[in-house]
Amino acid sequence: MLAKLAKKAFPKSLWVYHCNSGACNGCDIEILNVLTPYYDVERFGIKLVGSPRHADAMLLSGAVTRPTLPLVKRAFEAMPAPKLVFGIGSCAVGGGCWFDTYNVSGGGATALPMDYYIPGCPPRPEAILFGVALALGLVDQKAAPVELKQVEFPLDASLRTQAWQDRNAIYKWLKD
Amino acid sequence: MWITSKFKQIVLALKPGRVTLGYPLTPRTAPENFRGRPAWDHTKCLGCGGCADHCPARTILLRDVCPEIRVLLYDGSRCTYCGRCAEICPEKAIVMTPDFELATGSRTDLAQSLELFMLTCSRCGRCYDMENRNAVDRLGLRGYRYDNLEARTVLRRTTERFEPDVLAATETFERPTRMEE
Repeated sequence: MLAKLAKKAFPKSLWVYHCNSGACNGCDIEILNVLTPYYDVERFGIKLVGSPRHADAMLLSGAVTRPTLPLVKRAFEAMPAPKLVFGIGSCAVGGGCWFDTYNVSGGGATALPMDYYIPGCPPRPEAILFGVALALGLVDQKAAPVELKQVEFPLDASLRTQAWQDRNAIYKWLKD
Repeated sequence: MWITSKFKQIVLALKPGRVTLGYPLTPRTAPENFRGRPAWDHTKCLGCGGCADHCPARTILLRDVCPEIRVLLYDGSRCTYCGRCAEICPEKAIVMTPDFELATGSRTDLAQSLELFMLTCSRCGRCYDMENRNAVDRLGLRGYRYDNLEARTVLRRTTERFEPDVLAATETFERPTRMEE
């Protein structure tokens, strides 16, 4: 739904603003790598702009540290109304190793309403491209939650056996 | 002459040809030793909790729901893909897959959960009560057993010895009841 909305809201080109909120520059280098001719994002009309006032989307990298928190919020407020926020790197997604540190607010989601998460430490340029393409509706989402179980819970199993026996009591009576 | 330099530029640009990848439209695989999303093999996992203890981002949370069932939750949102869990696993149940296309709209899509059936005692037939171990073992506990899986956070209320009221206060904990009750 968000992808459809993004397609409608940003029909032509997406101008991105790159916001570093205390990242280690790993993600920033990968973002710059995406802008090079090798991964050319200008195919999709994506362009890096220097001011948040010109931007449609913000590429947030880094766990939002305490000194940068008000600045990140101000940069977000300065962006014009239909706006997207991409969290790039595991720091921006969930805080990384510093999710509960005293001077870090613990990920971009605590500071801004995030729209897309691109995990990785740092994410590959392809992963960033994939995330942007996901926002533009060019590709389908691949990540999905996984649930694995070694065995059925024995209590549930015994209850189910009991229910099965109750349900099939007629066979017992037929035998008698 | 600027015009000759332009011709020179054209010749230089034609030499390497087109280098742009058609990535999101054409597939592209990660290099061989790339560490992407970790994958658990639930048939091999013992439930020792080594991965939970050694995860630098504390992204693997572990809780004993009851003596028989141990729940392992991998909350991928803050995973740094360091591969320490795969390295430490004694049964090699964790493999770092080359998946990198993990972009989502919600962080819950990155989670993986395992329900592990714990070992039973050969004499009484019940599982070992992992809460009441000896004092030396309790010193080695980092409190990973008291993480809040619902809120996906690490609770820092570790106590020196197991206290049931602290456990009850920190999580929605449900002890198994007997069939007759």
